[in-house]
Amino acid sequence: MKETQVVIVGGGPAGLAAGIEIAKSGGQVTVLDENKKPGGQLFKQIHKFFGSREHLAGTRGYEIGTKLLEETKELGVDVILDAPVYGIFEGKTVVYSKDGKQHQIKGDKIILATGATENTLAFPGSDLPGVMGAGAAQTMINVNRVLPGKKVLMVGSGNVGLIVSYQLMQAGADVVGLVEAAPNVSGYGVHASKISRGGVPIYTSHTVKRAMGDGEVSKVEICELDERFQMIEGTEKILDVDTICIAVGLSPMSEIAWTIGCDFTFIPTFGGHVPKHNENMESTISGIYVSGDISGVEEASSAMEEGRLAGIAASESLGLYSEEKAKELKGQVWNRLNTLRDGEFGEKRKQSKNVQISRYMEDANE
Amino acid sequence: MNKGVKFTGVPSMEEIKGCPGTPGEERFEKGPVVSIECVQKIPCNPCEAACPFGAIEVGSSITSLPKLDEEKCIGCGVCIPKCPGLAIFKIHKNYSEKTSMVEFPFEYLPLPEKGDQVPCGDRFGKYIADGKVLDVKNDKKNDGTTLISVEIPKEYFMGIRTIYRG
Repeated sequence: MKETQVVIVGGGPAGLAAGIEIAKSGGQVTVLDENKKPGGQLFKQIHKFFGSREHLAGTRGYEIGTKLLEETKELGVDVILDAPVYGIFEGKTVVYSKDGKQHQIKGDKIILATGATENTLAFPGSDLPGVMGAGAAQTMINVNRVLPGKKVLMVGSGNVGLIVSYQLMQAGADVVGLVEAAPNVSGYGVHASKISRGGVPIYTSHTVKRAMGDGEVSKVEICELDERFQMIEGTEKILDVDTICIAVGLSPMSEIAWTIGCDFTFIPTFGGHVPKHNENMESTISGIYVSGDISGVEEASSAMEEGRLAGIAASESLGLYSEEKAKELKGQVWNRLNTLRDGEFGEKRKQSKNVQISRYMEDANE
Repeated sequence: MNKGVKFTGVPSMEEIKGCPGTPGEERFEKGPVVSIECVQKIPCNPCEAACPFGAIEVGSSITSLPKLDEEKCIGCGVCIPKCPGLAIFKIHKNYSEKTSMVEFPFEYLPLPEKGDQVPCGDRFGKYIADGKVLDVKNDKKNDGTTLISVEIPKEYFMGIRTIYRG
């Protein structure tokens, strides 16, 4: 059986950043990813990122992905693609499939960076072809260059709903409207302004009542909601659409962490059940780290920083960094993470992260 | 209906006029200047580094709103394509006796050509008036964010922010 110092499950922004940090410290590292291409969601993110210079602000997502890949190559990070991990067993043995065969790799440390999955929404007609996740539509236009439809209704005004609406318009689709159940837009106003300038109406306090069509979506009925999120009769509106995109949040992909017995805690801000972890991103199982959306759904910049943190901490525990050096490096990452979790949009995430870490500490002190 | 960016997706005139990136009325009279319509505290600061004249200050807390030093700003517009929020516009109120010039970021195809007469829209994308395309800047350093400047009737210098897309 192959052995290495660190095995990373997931080659998205968090996993690649973790791999880079371990290789930088001189560690041996293998990244496993179920996809044919590494980079996670970065390669479909054609918009310029927010943040500061250290977060590569102003750079488009796919260009950040390209930079990460170049760095992994230069540093000799072993990346195995098309290799779904389906279990982790005693002695930190990671089992994955590749080319139709079962393979095993044993790591001294393991970093889980498995990402998140899109939430769905049920309404009459939601099973009709043409109803899809916003992320799926984004993959179609920005990776596969296929327009999923000409007339789109977007559901959800978080940053995913806003950004994907904009990118659908850039790809040539007509976004006939964006529906949001809450009374206000939840994503960044600047993203909302981009689609507003393009003439897209934003229907706050609205929901989808039903999708209609014979074999595929051809119309959608939307409806206004009262303060208690109940549909107001008589406010229905029918729109001609051929596609309905659902952007109602993401949930951490945490199956592997559950099966190996990591302790979880429920934090709605982060998309639901998330593994408890300490300031080193280490889960309640010694030597198993988490980073990126699995440890709480945020965005790519904080996922990369969390990956760096887990990587540095894993290298430290392998003796590749002195305690002093690791403390300095981890301090720098924490400063950048705190910066990203600042302001009116970040404050809640900062508090939630503190809660998540404090729940780990409570258990540790028992 | 509730006004403001959180409710409509478009900052209200009060929000725009109250934000530290908007120049004062007097400054608009003096010549080209940028208007940074950034009204929410999001972690972001590329505009600060982009300005060659040090006219934009975000400071050490990158969630602070960008503050425009209207004396230092010459209206070069270098900051416009650097803003990931596409929230910076260049305005030359007194472009001529009866017209103003507005320059905005644009990331759609097809692009108009210099000299074209185009319908122009407001922050809701609603048609306001026709304008004449003065320039289409698509430099490589702008990384896909094209800058389009249009000559428009002067009364709409605070209203027109894009090409009407039909």
